[in-house]
Amino acid sequence: MDTSAKILTMLLAILLFVAVVGVMLFIASRTERKGARFVAYVFLFPSILMLSVGLLYPAVKTIYMSFFDAAGQAFIGLGNYHTIFTSPDEITVLRNTVLWVVVTPFVATAIGLVYAILVEGAKAEALAKAMIFLPMAISMVAASIIWKFVYEFRPDQPGVNQIGLMNQVMVWLGGSPQQWLLNNPWNTFFLIVVMIWIQAGFAMTILSASIKAIPDDIIEAARLDGVGSLGMFRFVTLPMIRPSVIVVLTTIAIGTLKVFDVVRTMTGGNFGTNVVANEFYSQSFRASNEGLGSALAVLLFILVVPIVVYNIRQLRSTESR
Amino acid sequence: MTSLNPSVEPAATPEAHPTASRTGHASTRIKKKTSSPTASAIAVLLAVVWTIPTFGLLVSSFRPERAIKTTGWWTFFSNPQLTLENYQTALGTDGQSGLGSFFVNSFVITIPAVIIPICLASLAAYAFAWIDFRGRDFLFVLVFALQIVPLQVALLPLLTMYVSVGLGGTFWTIWLSHATFALPLAIFILHNFMTEIPKSLVEAARVDGAGHVKIFFRIMLPLLTPALAAFGIFQFLWVWNDLLVALTFASDDTVQPMTVALANLSGTRGNAWELLSAGAFISIIVPVAVFLSLQRYFVRGLLAGGLKG
Repeated sequence: MDTSAKILTMLLAILLFVAVVGVMLFIASRTERKGARFVAYVFLFPSILMLSVGLLYPAVKTIYMSFFDAAGQAFIGLGNYHTIFTSPDEITVLRNTVLWVVVTPFVATAIGLVYAILVEGAKAEALAKAMIFLPMAISMVAASIIWKFVYEFRPDQPGVNQIGLMNQVMVWLGGSPQQWLLNNPWNTFFLIVVMIWIQAGFAMTILSASIKAIPDDIIEAARLDGVGSLGMFRFVTLPMIRPSVIVVLTTIAIGTLKVFDVVRTMTGGNFGTNVVANEFYSQSFRASNEGLGSALAVLLFILVVPIVVYNIRQLRSTESR
Repeated sequence: MTSLNPSVEPAATPEAHPTASRTGHASTRIKKKTSSPTASAIAVLLAVVWTIPTFGLLVSSFRPERAIKTTGWWTFFSNPQLTLENYQTALGTDGQSGLGSFFVNSFVITIPAVIIPICLASLAAYAFAWIDFRGRDFLFVLVFALQIVPLQVALLPLLTMYVSVGLGGTFWTIWLSHATFALPLAIFILHNFMTEIPKSLVEAARVDGAGHVKIFFRIMLPLLTPALAAFGIFQFLWVWNDLLVALTFASDDTVQPMTVALANLSGTRGNAWELLSAGAFISIIVPVAVFLSLQRYFVRGLLAGGLKG
């Protein structure tokens, strides 16, 4: 397909959906006399149809398939779930996922918070924030390539120069270059660094806004009481922004739980770095193990729900304040 | 339910925030306390650490292939060699190394994947916000709850369905999937925005004999621009940066976007740094341009979409 054909297809698709909206509006204007609820049903019809066919039905089907074998033929009960929690490979996957979800939110939030406080009111605040925030705007694939280059390894031989920054720093410090992405179990941490690099900007943006919203008089009162800058952080800033901190932590945790791009691009899940989201993809679309793939997807869902519920409750209580 | 987090949202954009002058005082007070030399040094150090990986790859993308592979990018400053050859190769369309057609695919995928959910969700959001009908609350909570469903649970059956209706491997699979996955968030954002429009405005229009269709066009759409922009930018970046959906459905390389091409290149030719660096920056330039030009809406959309996925 050449470029003009692609663009033509694209325009056609857009026109088609604009036309759908047009038809819905036309039908709605005709049925308006029969009562408002007809209008509502007409307006809702395309969205509800797409959500039912494209999300609700597939989700139910996936849950159903998670009780069947690799080919989706024989019912095996909880067999796939048993595999997830007992086979050595899958236990590595679970261990790594736990590491990701525990380490990433706390480190990224801590860095984001420290940075937000440090640049608060600084001369080039907007620029300073943009520098930390930019990794959030680019794709995780691009971020992974950027970091793969940092970790790049060249054998430690005379006449061979390191081209990766990290190994060059090792050499400058008198050490020998390392295969950062190959040496288990530390390689998982070097992958987590990439996610922290991406998410710290998110934490900083939200926490910075939250710090700015602390009322003047509270800060003034604390100052009159002789509170120092560390005390200010401990007894004023932190309690005031606590709800935002929790929202940031949980939001990053959810994103991290579903991390797929970083692992796939940097190691492909090899060398003991696999995580649930990548294992889901490998089992479903590479190993053709539909049952296990479905069970892993369901596991992701089950793990996400409590964090999301907690997050939403936290958001609600922030709002009602 | 008002907007997702009002205490956070407006303050994220201080330049547009009416109370900025009030809080400005507080921030300068905090600043006076923390702007010690140590604090500034830590801030600068963090900023440098955060920027240097990107900077290194950016410098590399302009160096000749041989130089990239034999010397570190930091030697560029003592021995500068500049070339645009990497970008020419990467943007080309020839066979293995050209990423030009994937760059086009990224646009072809992203534009409808933004417009389709906006069209459908604005209708649905209006119905939820302004029309009374039986089952409204139940349906709205259901749509709201769908936001949290990880899209992984839908991929496998969806792929089977696409193949069985003959859409397998076409742009339609990616458009429809992204549009569907975006609907809950889009309806949620637009609904929140619509309910904030004064009721008197809508009632006055109804007294004048305007039907819902007319109100939707004449009152809602013009007022909705900021919400549409916030969602549109969020969705644009989400789709542009997506790997999972594209990798699952775009089995044919005539429809694959930049992210898939880069991920494949990184897997099969992990040492082709001249291509990877230039390719990565070609794909980065679009979201960065969007971010820099529409920062205000961008942050708003980001905050509203924190739970998506």
